Amino acid sequence: MELISLFITSFIVNNIIFSQFLGICPFLGVSKKIDTAAGMGIAVIFVITLASIITFIIQKLILDNLGLGYLQTIVFILIIAALVQFVEMFLKKSAPGLYQALGIFLPLITTNCAVLGVAIINITKDYSFIESMVNSIGTSVGFLLAIVLFAGVRDKVDNADIPDSLKGSSISLIAAGLMSIAFLGFSGLKL
Amino acid sequence: MNKLEIFKNGIGKENPIFAQQVGMCATLAITTSLLNGFGMGIAVIAVLTGSNIVISLLRKLIPDEVRIPAFVIIIAAFTTIIDLLMHAYTFPLYQALGVFIPLIVVNCIILARAESFAFKNGVVDSIIDGLGMGVGYTIAMVVLSSVREILGNGTIAGINILPEAYEPMMIMVQPPGSFIALGLLIGLVNYLSRRKKA
Repeated sequence: MELISLFITSFIVNNIIFSQFLGICPFLGVSKKIDTAAGMGIAVIFVITLASIITFIIQKLILDNLGLGYLQTIVFILIIAALVQFVEMFLKKSAPGLYQALGIFLPLITTNCAVLGVAIINITKDYSFIESMVNSIGTSVGFLLAIVLFAGVRDKVDNADIPDSLKGSSISLIAAGLMSIAFLGFSGLKL
Repeated sequence: MNKLEIFKNGIGKENPIFAQQVGMCATLAITTSLLNGFGMGIAVIAVLTGSNIVISLLRKLIPDEVRIPAFVIIIAAFTTIIDLLMHAYTFPLYQALGVFIPLIVVNCIILARAESFAFKNGVVDSIIDGLGMGVGYTIAMVVLSSVREILGNGTIAGINILPEAYEPMMIMVQPPGSFIALGLLIGLVNYLSRRKKA
């Protein structure tokens, strides 16, 4: 039951985009079309989940045991960069179809702060292995939901008649703000 | 380009937030009060200038093929230094900024300057570029966080400045407020620069 509540919390109540502000760059950058947005979202789910497993194991087994906690940032970013490279090579060889679909998004994910952010949050909140798994999946599914919804909204905004100065990123941010208000409605949700 | 132009470039024409719109996560997340915004700005100035210096010193030694991983390690090292310093000397600020201090490492503005400026220019120019970009970032953070703190709390840097009858707009210090405030500020900057040109 606690795990379900953790999932719902990380999925919508504390949505990664609308209330934690992680992964804003791809959220604004890759949300022009719904299908590319969905591709990015799926790639993020994949990488966040894998990265959380590996960083969790490294933190608990190596960094904590050797008292090297202060190296966390450097070690984690290297793991994520290497992991993304590795996933890219692996998919290219063994799943060309999936690689075609995710290909261009994978390199972009290294600089997606959501991946590093979730890995660090799992450690600072002192989650157990299962809890951090649930948190990572919930968070990244929340990212998929947010970016797909936002791509849908942007499609409409692009065709709307708005003042010249507000065109581009300005109106996108305001639209995201209005969506964020909707997500604020979940904040009273208790399970 | 002379030195003054390099410096002014980061504040005006290529301002990281208002013009390039990079490094938005921290911008949106921690600008709930002026002190947080200013503290984050200073941390970014320090990391950006430090990594620009080291990268421009090493630019002839780093092979082209592995430059991105090399940049990331240098930036991560400076981020760790700042993280530990803030933990030791400014603990309340450290707690307020939380996960966004280690996340400076993936702030695109720093990698972008390493790639597009420090790797191609001398040390002095790179320092000036780092300072200019950092100051531009800090100015944007200070403006955004002041707007949010005044409207959302009626205070500035914790000091009450609005009359008591003013009812704070809670939404401005909550997540939606940051999207809307930044969106409108970028719109305003667009409007002003358009008018200046016309």
